[in-house]
Amino acid sequence: MVNLEIDFNGLILRNPVLTASGTFGYGEEFKDFVNLNALGGFIVKGTTLNPRQGNPYPRMAETPKGMLNAVGLQNKGIDEFCNSIYPRIKVYNKNIIVNVSGSNIDEYVECAARINELETIPAIELNISCPNVKQGGMAFGTSCPSAKQVVKEVRKVYKKHLMVKLSPNVTDIVAIAQAVEEEGADSVSLINTLLGMAIDINTQKPKLSTITGGLSGPAIKPVALRMVWQVSKAVKIPICGLGGIMNAGDAIEFMLAGASCVQIGTANFINPSVTTEIINGIYEYCSSKGISDINDIIGKI
Amino acid sequence: MHKYIHDLRVVNKKRINPDYYILELTYSDTLADMFPGQFVEIKVENAPNTFLRRPISIYDVDYDNNILKLLIQIVGEGTNILSYVEPYDYVNLVYPLGNSFSMPENNRILLVGGGCGMAPLLYTAHYFSDFGYTPSILIGAKNNLGIIEPEEFEKYGELHICTEDGSDGTEGYVTQHKLFESPELFDKVYVCGPEPMMKAVAKWTVKHNIHCEVSLENLMACGIGACLCCVQETVNGNLCVCTEGPVFNVKDLLW
Repeated sequence: MVNLEIDFNGLILRNPVLTASGTFGYGEEFKDFVNLNALGGFIVKGTTLNPRQGNPYPRMAETPKGMLNAVGLQNKGIDEFCNSIYPRIKVYNKNIIVNVSGSNIDEYVECAARINELETIPAIELNISCPNVKQGGMAFGTSCPSAKQVVKEVRKVYKKHLMVKLSPNVTDIVAIAQAVEEEGADSVSLINTLLGMAIDINTQKPKLSTITGGLSGPAIKPVALRMVWQVSKAVKIPICGLGGIMNAGDAIEFMLAGASCVQIGTANFINPSVTTEIINGIYEYCSSKGISDINDIIGKI
Repeated sequence: MHKYIHDLRVVNKKRINPDYYILELTYSDTLADMFPGQFVEIKVENAPNTFLRRPISIYDVDYDNNILKLLIQIVGEGTNILSYVEPYDYVNLVYPLGNSFSMPENNRILLVGGGCGMAPLLYTAHYFSDFGYTPSILIGAKNNLGIIEPEEFEKYGELHICTEDGSDGTEGYVTQHKLFESPELFDKVYVCGPEPMMKAVAKWTVKHNIHCEVSLENLMACGIGACLCCVQETVNGNLCVCTEGPVFNVKDLLW
């Protein structure tokens, strides 16, 4: 027997595999492919106070070993989430985490306060790192004072587990991680997408309507892994690692680098059953290495 | 409707011409129910620069022999590398995806396909024919190389062909075909093809107050409504082509 259970700063995960916001819908899109209750948890689509239509099409460009997206937080808003989506999905897993975003601090705070009232949502992931919105999003996550300010205000109203999702589009991600830790974040997740772009040489136009977008997929994995390792050496709160994880081996790399759990993102688009395969793969890895507790490999590097 | 991720075995690969091939695939168990207009997301192995699956329309389903047919146009590295699969190879599919064309109410129906957009219309004609309807079918392409398996279409309806260079059927665009001089013959029109063609047909149907459904092929990643990349602007906001489409009533589009 191998223990895969993780105590993620009070959040008990049956295994370290979660899904990344914006890649797993509200979970229900994957119920034909995955036993949702077997996941460590899942993080639902970025939710804002008001409904958002997102950016114009085209919003996606395939790139070598990855993809760019510029969805721009299309979502139905917090009312629709609380009134119709939440009652429908809450049975799927005990760790359904809501990714919260906003254009200004008041929006973050109000959204977080609403989710605080939802009985079976044990955590939020505060998105201060979305690169695809004109206001808010990444603007908060790229300087220490603004990151501190939004976490401080949300912390006042949000009483459960507060995870903060960090942007890699910064000079020193460690400083941002330390700043949000100081303001009471319970954990950090990293990394969000890397800002990138792609051009169609036939039309001589950008491939995305917004010109730039967020790069995800295996192309960014080495950068993500490096950042997880750096942050893990500098903060006491646990880390949820993500960025280009395609298989169990990738997930184990992140845990060895210091992540206590991981999120699977873009891989869900290519193999909608991938999360189940990764959980099984982690189990097999531990069995074959004689590791009885997954916690033993966290931060070995 | 349940979606599946399955490895399907290649039974046959028909190379039609340098640009088009047909994959005939079978599954170890009975194939899922599929509806006209639906599509699959196919994984391309050993394509270094192809990261995502490729969305491909269902070209035909032969339930008697448990075979799913895909008509594929080579448009890039993914569809090119996929063309090298051989019988007994396996390809991984996520399917069946998307909504479907609505059923006709009578024989006053016209199917219009342009280029590779004719692919979903074969299964549509086949399906409608199984329910006793005889559609009029118009397929168009740049030249005769783009007119794929007309004998298959002829099994299920009254086939009309046009090519831009006149190398097969009537010369000109599909909308220049004489069928478009007789709007009084049709209650429903089903279209798939290049966007300018679909828009031209849609405009004609709106003018003559004919019900019109188009099948869109926006760039997509997941195919199951998670990534929100393939959205189309509609009167109901941005909707995912992969789950709310690919078939839309033209009245819902902001064309």
